[in-house]
Amino acid sequence: MGIIEAAKLVFEYKKYDDNGQVESTKRAVDGVDLNVQKGDFIAILGHNGSGKSTLAKHINAILVPTEGTIYVDGKDTKDEENLWDIRSTAGMVFQNPDNQIIGTVVEEDVGFGPENMGVPTEQIWERVEEGLRSVGMWEYRKSSPNKLSGGQKQRVAIAGVVAMHPKCIVLDEPTAMLDPTGRYEVIRAVRALNQVEDVTVILITHYMEEVIYADKVIVMDDGKVVMQGTPREIFSQVDTLKQYRLDVPQVTLLAHELRKAGLDLPEGILSRDELVEKLCQLKSKN
Amino acid sequence: MSIKIEKLSHIYAEGTAFEKKALDDVNLELPDGQFIGIIGHTGSGKSTLIQHLNGLLKGTSGTIYYNGEDIYQEGYDMRALRSNVGLVFQYPEHQLFEIDVFTDVCFGPKNQGLPQEEVEARAKEALAQVGISEEYYTKSPFELSGGQKRRVAIAGILAMHPKVLILDEPTAGLDPRGRDEILDQIAWLHETRKITVVLVSHSMEDVARYVERIIVMNKGKVLYDGAPRDVFQHYKELEKIGLAAPQVTYVVKALEAARWDIDTHATTVEEARDAILQALEKRI
Repeated sequence: MGIIEAAKLVFEYKKYDDNGQVESTKRAVDGVDLNVQKGDFIAILGHNGSGKSTLAKHINAILVPTEGTIYVDGKDTKDEENLWDIRSTAGMVFQNPDNQIIGTVVEEDVGFGPENMGVPTEQIWERVEEGLRSVGMWEYRKSSPNKLSGGQKQRVAIAGVVAMHPKCIVLDEPTAMLDPTGRYEVIRAVRALNQVEDVTVILITHYMEEVIYADKVIVMDDGKVVMQGTPREIFSQVDTLKQYRLDVPQVTLLAHELRKAGLDLPEGILSRDELVEKLCQLKSKN
Repeated sequence: MSIKIEKLSHIYAEGTAFEKKALDDVNLELPDGQFIGIIGHTGSGKSTLIQHLNGLLKGTSGTIYYNGEDIYQEGYDMRALRSNVGLVFQYPEHQLFEIDVFTDVCFGPKNQGLPQEEVEARAKEALAQVGISEEYYTKSPFELSGGQKRRVAIAGILAMHPKVLILDEPTAGLDPRGRDEILDQIAWLHETRKITVVLVSHSMEDVARYVERIIVMNKGKVLYDGAPRDVFQHYKELEKIGLAAPQVTYVVKALEAARWDIDTHATTVEEARDAILQALEKRI
């Protein structure tokens, strides 16, 4: 069984009138089936309002399905008894680092999670060290979070989740507010967690460049999963992605434009190195 | 007509242990009608700088001239300055507060003391300019999508008919199409209404695509000031201060390193495509 298994998952937001009667309902997630294996790196794309954040909030039981089921590490999120287990299995990181940091010193902030779980003190310190080292922030352990850059704060927020020893981390647009270096630092930390620690990663983002390292990309539209595949498969379909209000990485777009101009390049080129290599091959053939 | 910044410095919490020099002897001229991008890493002073342009913050030393007048002189009409220089903050949708979309957009011009008819005409015009149709007028701002909310917030500023429009990361958190829509609309306003636009952004690709001039801020100082094709040539220095060049610039630079005879000034997909095609033809 996968670490996350959703079957025909439906979630409806209900709007109530003054008398407490349901005035209208909006189906934010509409019949999603999802199967994530332990150690996977999954990216979810979709325009604003496509349902991806609503889906993500089901993974650590912030929301429970209106219909259908979701099992996290074999546990049904609908069963309230499972809540603690599910929340320590799947940690979440949100967009704005300032809303997630509560400690006045970095190491205290990272220790908050495990302390809350009742982890014995000496183990908390071990976990804080491990968490901060995994995101490359150990040397800042005595710093005040408000002296850090956005990327550093976001890495501290990730360390706080890592210290809770989750099997799975869900990141909802973790880089939306960061400068280029901050984005790079956060994505590098997330990839290291996935590859070195074998933590399952679910990454929601609007930056197409961050998706190219994922094992699988899921595209959502109108609450449904409309595309699924490897980054190369997904980004080969430039025009379909545009229909879903999405984009491709700039390098992929450049390759697409060059193809349209008659160059013999494959679709779905993802990285700079790949494009440069293919162009050099073309040139030497001339 | 322009905004002229002379020897502007700003020190936060001067004389305390938390003293921080956010702006350090900045000299800039922003002529009418330019489309300017400001880039810099978090904490480089760019947000502090733009808050000086409409007098929200006052420099610790130095001064700012708006159309030749010193805005720090006694009796200067700050109210008029704020009508002329519109500032759209980060996440402006957090500042929507009225009962419906239309009333929210009316708030600015109403505060300027305009007659009701004029207020409503301007609100309608501004909402049309950002692509919000009449069916949304009576909706609560909270019923809209992220991109729609942001456009309503921008309309609130446009309704005040600013001559200079400053936007602090207007596309953060928007999906690619939402991002393109907002930036295209801003570019269109810049074209048709001839307003000066100052765009603060973390996206090098967006800046390269839209602006004619880039100001790079670092440690409270202006590090580079020039056309995108020139500024992004300093990509190595930009990386050292938390920035980067657009990805396509790296591609043409890498081709040059692979001993291609190629123009490396490309900063957009179209420019890179043309440079590559041209370089390939040269060979043949």
